[in-house]
Amino acid sequence: MRGKRLFIAVFLLPPLLLYGVFVVSPYAQAFPIAGTNWSGLSPTYEFVGADNLKRLLGDEYFWTALRHNGLLLVLLPVVTILLGLFFASMISVGGRADRVGVHGVRGAGVYRVVYFFPQVLSVAIVGVLWKQMYASNTGMINGFLRGIGLDGLAVAWLGDPRFAFWCVLAVLVWMNVGFYVVLFGAAMQSIPRDLYEAALLDGANRLTTLVRITVPLVWDTIQVAWVYLAIVAIDGFAVVQIITDGGPSSSSDVVGLRLYKTAFADGQFGYASAIGVAMFFLTLTVAVMFLRVTRRERVEL
Amino acid sequence: MTAVLSSPPAEAVAEAPPARSRALPVVSHLFLIGWALLTTLPLLWAVLSSFKSDNEILTSPWSLPSEMRWANWARAWNEAHIGRYFLNSAIVVTGALTLTMLFGAMAAYVLARYRFRGSRIVYFAFVGGMMFPVFLALVPLFFVVRDLGLLGTLPGLTLVYAAYSLPFTVFFLTSFFRTLPTAVAEAAMVDGCGHFGLFFRVMLPMARPGLVSVAVFNFLFQWNQYVLPLVLMQGAGAERRWVLAQGLTALAVNEGYRGDFSGLFAGMTIAMLPVITAYLIFHRQFQSGLAAGQLR
Repeated sequence: MRGKRLFIAVFLLPPLLLYGVFVVSPYAQAFPIAGTNWSGLSPTYEFVGADNLKRLLGDEYFWTALRHNGLLLVLLPVVTILLGLFFASMISVGGRADRVGVHGVRGAGVYRVVYFFPQVLSVAIVGVLWKQMYASNTGMINGFLRGIGLDGLAVAWLGDPRFAFWCVLAVLVWMNVGFYVVLFGAAMQSIPRDLYEAALLDGANRLTTLVRITVPLVWDTIQVAWVYLAIVAIDGFAVVQIITDGGPSSSSDVVGLRLYKTAFADGQFGYASAIGVAMFFLTLTVAVMFLRVTRRERVEL
Repeated sequence: MTAVLSSPPAEAVAEAPPARSRALPVVSHLFLIGWALLTTLPLLWAVLSSFKSDNEILTSPWSLPSEMRWANWARAWNEAHIGRYFLNSAIVVTGALTLTMLFGAMAAYVLARYRFRGSRIVYFAFVGGMMFPVFLALVPLFFVVRDLGLLGTLPGLTLVYAAYSLPFTVFFLTSFFRTLPTAVAEAAMVDGCGHFGLFFRVMLPMARPGLVSVAVFNFLFQWNQYVLPLVLMQGAGAERRWVLAQGLTALAVNEGYRGDFSGLFAGMTIAMLPVITAYLIFHRQFQSGLAAGQLR
């Protein structure tokens, strides 16, 4: 018995120590720091709890950033999931339909491998790459537009407040779609082929089969996708910071970047922590809302 | 956008039935190839640009390089310090991955296989870490690391990477260790195997498939980390210990000002190639590892 206790202690204490120091304690400290006016330079600070909250509610930069996160929260999952479902169903049932049954397309494996490329690249590489893609003189996009004679469409993508946010959204979609093609594709593998054949015989077209058969049967996976994309949308920090740094004139700012700048550029650690707490409650709200919205009967085969 | 994309296959089907079986695959391939080009062309463009001269990059973004200028790569590796950042990333990720897998497996094994007071609390403490946005911890974490004297150091970053990888690792491996048969463990105990021997000689080898999946996921998480090094590798002299992600973005800013675009593209290509190569070799493990991580 003593051997067992010793064993449990030896195996559990080192991981718990590491986890406690670097994860639990920062999370726990974030809440009290959020109520102070700590600047980090002086060891002294005062408790100003309500002031930080008041300041947060009246901070137009914060609201602008929050609005962008809200837009991402709606658009990123919708666009990414629709594209993911579309390409995944093209790959797994988009091939011939003959007497033997419904087929996937040829080269399905190649598509799955290629679509996944952006997912394995680090977000820093993706950001730097797309910053260059959008560059007004040296970028590939404007180079292409000028090459086909559409010089008028070659604009300063990242320098224009009208376009910067959408450029960021496009990059986020670009880097995420491939993963969901693979994820949905795996889910669709488990749907029996004869369901599609029966539906097609009954005169349903491919769009109907996608909406009526595929989507209900992979609904669980779509929910998972939504959760993960919501996490990406609430974050968004790295891509925004690298590509636009929130600009021009905070037209593509997000809450994470606000927090980072407030803390590590302005040295307002108390207020930055308050933004972090706001982000935490935002995440919590989204999680609760999500659970309510997606509560829907599972379709069993 | 989606309406435009999803209507053509439906129309193709709506035509006369005999035509549809031939038309649909063609339409499918058109869309699929379209997206394949969209994912690969930017990467190819970066690789090609890494061989161009700055003048070629400035005047014709779409042309091929007139010759293979490997000097760009040498300049990025040595003068822009991509080589050093690469080494730093490798050191940190090797250490962190080892620590994550060892500590994660140890904790998960005990939580999955032993009953003791407080085990549920410990389990939820670990798993709960997955639900909090890392931004919440950013400010206090900076000071925790600074007060330990680890700010801007490789060991500091290693420990932090390992700590933030633990929630998912413990969560995944706990459920994995539960699925392993108890008969083998009992047989080993009867044969006189101790708790430690049982773990290292029986359980770890049996858990290999699960360990590989988590390791791949953790490798990508740690190798691609951006916000943690940005916050923690600050201070005097820290730029010598920057990791690849951080060094590359700094390069993007600096070379942009200096106009050394070819060096920037070379640096990007150098950073990109190893992961893409590893992915092409182990793409199954990558996809299943990431799927396991995402489906938490």
